[in-house]
Amino acid sequence: MADFVMPNLGADMEAGTLVKWHVKSGDAVKRGQVIAEVDTEKGIIDIECFEPGVIEQIRIEPGAKIPVGTVMAVIRGAEEAPAPAKPVAAPEPAAPTKAPHVHASPLAKKIAAELGVDLTKLTGSGPGGLIDREDVERAAPTKKAPPPAETARAKVSPLARRLAAERGIDLANITPGPGGIIEQADVERAAAPAKPETAPASKPGDGMRRAIAAAMAKSNREIPHYYLQTRIDMSAALKWLEAENAKRSIKDRLLPAVLLLKAVAKALGDVPALNGFWIDNEHRVSPAIHLGFAISMKGGGLVAPAIHDVGEMSCDEIMAALRDLIPRARAGRLRSSEMTDATLTVTSLGDLGVESVFGVIYPPQVGLVGFGKIIEQPWAKDGVLGVHPIMTASLAADHRATDGHTGAQFLDVLNQHFQTPETL
Amino acid sequence: MTEAELQQLIFDGLRKIAPESDPASLRPDQKIRETLDIDSFDFLNFLIALDERLRVEIPEADYGKLNTLDGMVRYLLAKLPK
Repeated sequence: MADFVMPNLGADMEAGTLVKWHVKSGDAVKRGQVIAEVDTEKGIIDIECFEPGVIEQIRIEPGAKIPVGTVMAVIRGAEEAPAPAKPVAAPEPAAPTKAPHVHASPLAKKIAAELGVDLTKLTGSGPGGLIDREDVERAAPTKKAPPPAETARAKVSPLARRLAAERGIDLANITPGPGGIIEQADVERAAAPAKPETAPASKPGDGMRRAIAAAMAKSNREIPHYYLQTRIDMSAALKWLEAENAKRSIKDRLLPAVLLLKAVAKALGDVPALNGFWIDNEHRVSPAIHLGFAISMKGGGLVAPAIHDVGEMSCDEIMAALRDLIPRARAGRLRSSEMTDATLTVTSLGDLGVESVFGVIYPPQVGLVGFGKIIEQPWAKDGVLGVHPIMTASLAADHRATDGHTGAQFLDVLNQHFQTPETL
Repeated sequence: MTEAELQQLIFDGLRKIAPESDPASLRPDQKIRETLDIDSFDFLNFLIALDERLRVEIPEADYGKLNTLDGMVRYLLAKLPK
């Protein structure tokens, strides 16, 4: 039996509103099937099911706004027997022949053991359904809060103590920050009035702005970025693209973005360290390459939904994926896997005049690749000065996960892939 | 098709991909994409729609001639059957 919980659809999401169910109690569901629609700051997201089974129970009604991690439904595994009619006295159904696979971070496992949380009962909100520390802590909220006596003994920074006194806040009611110390920010959080459910006079797009603000602030607060850039001669790539497009009717033409995505996927195959996450103080390289593609919204804001397995797609398939993804992103109709699966983000600001991008990494990813406009520039090649179409590629990377040497290797192979476009 | 009809068709197409903009305020010599903030994806869709409506083949090499309203009208008029 698995709980289907409100998924965490981004580093910034706290809650979502259930719009509707696509399934009812008793329905069989497949892995990847869209079973619900949830309204978030980034539009309405189609929520996919993580594992096959049968909907045992629907727990949340449409219209409810619920925090991330709240159980929305209970799904019975395909091999499990239906829940017994009298659940109180009935023994648990025999354990499945194979122990349930627990996909959890090492820290999550450790905390789960300490708090006595059964990991097999949790649904992970991390990438690929990974159970992380927050999932475990959410599952054991009552055990997480230390007894008051203990809190009273928590260390308090002098500034926090003064602030608390000024505002008349009881320090015993404040949850200490990391390290068990109550700091200024913890007091301020406690002092802040509870946010009303519906903020007055909030414009559409305000929510997305706040979501971006939260994610980007987290990124710059926690990720020690390093930046590298290189100029790439795009003569060969553009010549190849022009020849390809000349063969095609206008409907089937490829945009340069297709080449950018393909080249990044190939380069990540060569230098995998940049493809993945930093979670629980650990670098996790992802075997799959799912590229987040930054799409600006009309009227402000952006989303960077994942295009899955870009390395295995042909250029035409990538173009088809963009054709599908961009309008859906702008209409606010993305799928949950697209919101959570990206292993590295690509941003291309080449449509505007900028030459280079110094990106802010989307946590928990460890890299962001930026492309500027392709501009004709003087370029020396084989001792001859000529005019070439030049594009600046940049990399923002997490220095906790990789070093400049790795980043430099990545940009170097990226450049090489653009020089051999026929292999892309 | 008259020049005015063609211009109207272009405006309608631009409004579809940039609903919040006002193509009629474009000066004939202004760059369309930059002025109306149209990205390469939307611009390609706009050209596909024009192609379907007018049945004129627009090779990629000619995209540069379609930068301004003036240029676009002249290019398409020359391509349309008289």
